[in-house]
Amino acid sequence: MADINISERQAGDVTILDLEGKVTIGEGSVALRSAIRRLLGEGKNKILLNLGKVGYIDSSGIGELVSSFTAVNKEGGTLKLLNLTQKIQDLLAITKLLTVFDVYDEEPLALASYN
Amino acid sequence: MTLQEEFNLPSRIESVDEAASKADDFAKKSGLGDDFISSIDLAVRESVANAVKHGNRFDESKSVEVRLLRNDVGFEMFVRDFGTGFDPEEIPDPTDPANLLKASGRGILFIRAFMDEVDWAEADGGGTIIHMVKRQ
Repeated sequence: MADINISERQAGDVTILDLEGKVTIGEGSVALRSAIRRLLGEGKNKILLNLGKVGYIDSSGIGELVSSFTAVNKEGGTLKLLNLTQKIQDLLAITKLLTVFDVYDEEPLALASYN
Repeated sequence: MTLQEEFNLPSRIESVDEAASKADDFAKKSGLGDDFISSIDLAVRESVANAVKHGNRFDESKSVEVRLLRNDVGFEMFVRDFGTGFDPEEIPDPTDPANLLKASGRGILFIRAFMDEVDWAEADGGGTIIHMVKRQ
């Protein structure tokens, strides 16, 4: 069974990736990296990561979020985060990355922020 | 009363999940609660990942040795690799603004955040042992 499931949907020109499972060293991190790279290759650079069903993330997973953020920025795009669990929020606070990412609790607000 | 469990794992990514699963089972059997176990889980994952990646460099001829202890202090873990050693003080601070956007380097930060005591020592016979304590 895969560590992570990533499904994609479109809301206007924003691509929402719904992640479910674990974003950890190995399969989970690689899957996220692949998904982001694919979207950028397709010219989709407004990306919203929905982490509401991510049960676990480790330092490699956090690193992958950062890599994704910088990769999207490099392509002139924007990557934001939605529905952080308390655990993930705590990890982003510890790493001071809450100052880097735009984080939202509600999808409509997140989508509106891209405009 | 002290409970103890020891196991060795191959230097593969899959060993991270296995170590965490064994540590979670041991912690539950020894009566620790969910929040406590959650902290231990993260620390064992990060320390074993470091041992596999940085210590043993995925060399499957080198194992990762894990020892878990439940005692009056709380919970102690020892994770040993067979690498060339390192100085934790030389690891860049990942929360420094200059390092915030680096893709790696946060494992030790997490371990220190979730455990009460963390120290490293050179292991007899080579390699590094990380010793972590979480007080109950």
